[in-house]
Amino acid sequence: MSDELQPVPESEPIRDPGLPEHQYRPQDVDESQARRTERQISLMFLTAAALFVAFVVAYLAIDADQTFLGWSAQNFAFGMSLGVGMLLIGVGIIQWAKKLMGDHEMIEMRHPSASSEEDRVAVMKDINAGIEESGFGRRPMIRRSLFAAMGMLGLPAIVLLRDLGPTPHSQRVTVWKKGMRLVNDVTGTPIKPSDMQVGQLVNGQPAIVYETDADGEPVLHGTELLQVKSKASIIVVRMRPEDITASKGRENWGVDGILCYSKICTHVGCPISLWEQQTHHLLCPCHQSTFDQGDNGKVIFGPADRALPQLPLGVDEEGYLIAMSDFPEIVAPSYPELARDQKKLDNKS
Amino acid sequence: MSSNAEYTPIEQTGVGKKAAGPVGWLDDRLGLAGVAKKNLRKVFPEHWSFMLGEIALWSFVVLLLTGVFLTFWFQPSMTEVEYHGSYLPFNGLEMSQAYKSTLDISFDVRGGLLIRQIHHWAAALFVAAMIVHMLRVFFTGAYRKPREINWLIGVGLFSLGLVEGFAGYSLPDDLLSGTGLRFVDGLIRSIPLVGSYIEFFLFGGEFPGDEIIPRLYMAHILLIPAILLGLVGAHMLLLIYHKHTQWPGPGRTEQNVVGYPMLPVYAAKAGGFFFVVFGFTAIMGALLQINPIWAYGPYNPSEVTAGSQPDWYMGFSEGLVRLMPGWETTFFNYTWSWNVFIPGVGGLTSLFVILGAWPFIEQWITGDKRDHHLLERPRNAPVRTALGVAGMTAYGVAWAAGGNDVIATQFHMDIYMLTWIFRIAFFVAPVIAFFITKRICIGLQRADANRILHGYETGVIERSPDGGFSERHAPLPAGAQFTLTAHERVPVLAAPAETDANGVAAPHSRKEKVRAWVRHRYYRDTLDKPTVEDVHHAEEHLGHLDGHPVELGDEFQGVSETGVPRVH
Repeated sequence: MSDELQPVPESEPIRDPGLPEHQYRPQDVDESQARRTERQISLMFLTAAALFVAFVVAYLAIDADQTFLGWSAQNFAFGMSLGVGMLLIGVGIIQWAKKLMGDHEMIEMRHPSASSEEDRVAVMKDINAGIEESGFGRRPMIRRSLFAAMGMLGLPAIVLLRDLGPTPHSQRVTVWKKGMRLVNDVTGTPIKPSDMQVGQLVNGQPAIVYETDADGEPVLHGTELLQVKSKASIIVVRMRPEDITASKGRENWGVDGILCYSKICTHVGCPISLWEQQTHHLLCPCHQSTFDQGDNGKVIFGPADRALPQLPLGVDEEGYLIAMSDFPEIVAPSYPELARDQKKLDNKS
Repeated sequence: MSSNAEYTPIEQTGVGKKAAGPVGWLDDRLGLAGVAKKNLRKVFPEHWSFMLGEIALWSFVVLLLTGVFLTFWFQPSMTEVEYHGSYLPFNGLEMSQAYKSTLDISFDVRGGLLIRQIHHWAAALFVAAMIVHMLRVFFTGAYRKPREINWLIGVGLFSLGLVEGFAGYSLPDDLLSGTGLRFVDGLIRSIPLVGSYIEFFLFGGEFPGDEIIPRLYMAHILLIPAILLGLVGAHMLLLIYHKHTQWPGPGRTEQNVVGYPMLPVYAAKAGGFFFVVFGFTAIMGALLQINPIWAYGPYNPSEVTAGSQPDWYMGFSEGLVRLMPGWETTFFNYTWSWNVFIPGVGGLTSLFVILGAWPFIEQWITGDKRDHHLLERPRNAPVRTALGVAGMTAYGVAWAAGGNDVIATQFHMDIYMLTWIFRIAFFVAPVIAFFITKRICIGLQRADANRILHGYETGVIERSPDGGFSERHAPLPAGAQFTLTAHERVPVLAAPAETDANGVAAPHSRKEKVRAWVRHRYYRDTLDKPTVEDVHHAEEHLGHLDGHPVELGDEFQGVSETGVPRVH
């Protein structure tokens, strides 16, 4: 088979009748029709002009809190006057082109995209002359050393980007530590086991999120606060103790059927928030990964792979829920060094 | 076009009388008349589908204009400030500068909300128009030689358009856009071996850091628009250089372009169309709310709203991530998050790679190295059309899966069952779509052949002497007949030579065999157009057996679904 496809040499079944005869429009043959079209188009342009004046009037006259049929009156008036005005300009111009401008179809011949063979040869000759005269081909030392210099130029360019950010750190730890209280995410109040009913879910944070310093200013704020929250947010659930099948070593991580899990999905990090009381399943609203809180936060459906990390709970002397340690498993979405970091965590405990 | 090179003084060219001075001044310095002579009256063919790319172009211009307006007030900073603006529910709330300034644009700058909404709607329209334009180019084979490079530029525009849209979506730093960034953070982390490093360098530390919004802002208003602008320019220049493709028809050949001149017709139509697109997006901005950031609140990593969705054009990527099973493996002491990497990074990349490679794959299959300026009707390339529809189906399933939670709640369906349906449909539906589309194409080809050979149905029912009823057929007008046959014949396929001229086993014969097999599959069921003999035979048939030529009279208003004029 040849590389190129050979067209079938056969005459066409139907002869090309050539361009059809030009059809005259009403505007071409009847000047009164043409004048009518002209008036229509001008009316569109004049209406547009009036609408733009109306825009300025609306800008000065309408207050921000006025409404019109449920829309913000400002937004409605600005958008409609501007939008309809521009639409009229556009429709008018196109109407002009279609009805009044010449509509004789023209024929233009195509030219091959390629240059002529002579031009190609001439260019190749020129390039050759350039290579010859520069000695680029004949003097490998100068060529290679130039390549070396150009290659090395890449180094500063890459190194300059080094300070875009720090190297990865502290991915395996959160602010949780032994003795830190669990507090309600909305009110910031610490949680007592007796506050929670069976089947209830409370969104929580580590106490440090709501802590204030001597001046009454929060200890954490801004970016730092968001960084803490994006790793340390928790959910606290209370189930009937018989519904919980704690795996080995986790038997004492709950308090009276109260268990605490990371709120950050192990898939891509959405905060998990849909709690099914009856089945004690927790569903991530972003990609529907589902975790079984009765079974150590294991994944039962969806794109997540790792179970939700569980926080070991205890009670302090005042009777409030506290963490007994940081998360023994890594929270938030997976990352390449996760396996290594998890081993380090395992060795520590 | 005048062929006589008779000399006309510039003062006698009408406009030259007044403009000769300034035109002369400019041309003395720039020498533009040479270029302008070739292009001012350049001919463009007319068809509604050639307007789709124009929608993309003009919505891009709308984005540039409204975007400039927004930069006057928007502050790309993640610094924490207290809000004391017009939106009273947030009074005293701590939020980032970016979110506060977006609220200010929405509530305190008159017309700010309108421009923001126009900007967002135009972005949605920009991507939509690019995709529809791309489908038009695909299904008509307009990407074939010599336009492959322009197709690649188009794929570049499409992929950058998605990134640009996502960057803009992330800037207001509201709860929804922050959730989108969190997703991107997870996506970046899933990149094997270097994920954590890219994450920390991009975000300037741990997520969310305080660098990402200023950096995305730079990309959104400078880097990507500059590249887009350059690519749009190259796209248009190549379009002018190649001259536009045209549909086949009477008088339209591979060697010519038939249509209207740039000046004045297309300058007016295209220029007017800019106002139509701007006006349309402005009316959308006036009437249809989009991205009401005040309803979401500032970003908080411990909050999310149910039914969180990205902008529509990222929906397919979101859907792929939702469909993927939870596969994560550990080897070489590293964690490999296939569950995120394959659908997220892999899905996007493979879409662009497949799109970019297709013209070259098709060329390899068909071996067709000729220039093509006449468009192909989708039915006349059944396998290409079927592959295109299969691709659209896969995209559509993924896109719908991106809203599986909304579908589940709206139709009271089980979310897990729905996810499984989508998982299966992602692989099965494209195959079904392929075969159905191919059959439809072949059916349409048969219908075309029928129309050429047996004419069209006139709607005139005749009763024969023995009581049978039949519908009278009449031949199509010559122009319509020609248009239906103005496409290429199916090539004759030969098996690749096992041996060369000297009887020695030909090199690459295995590769050639694969290629011959694919080529055979590509053309196998395509119906060839009627031959000269077929048409000749049919003419006799129509003439003698059906009593043709039929006198239907000048006043005949026959019913026709073929698009043929009722009076002829």
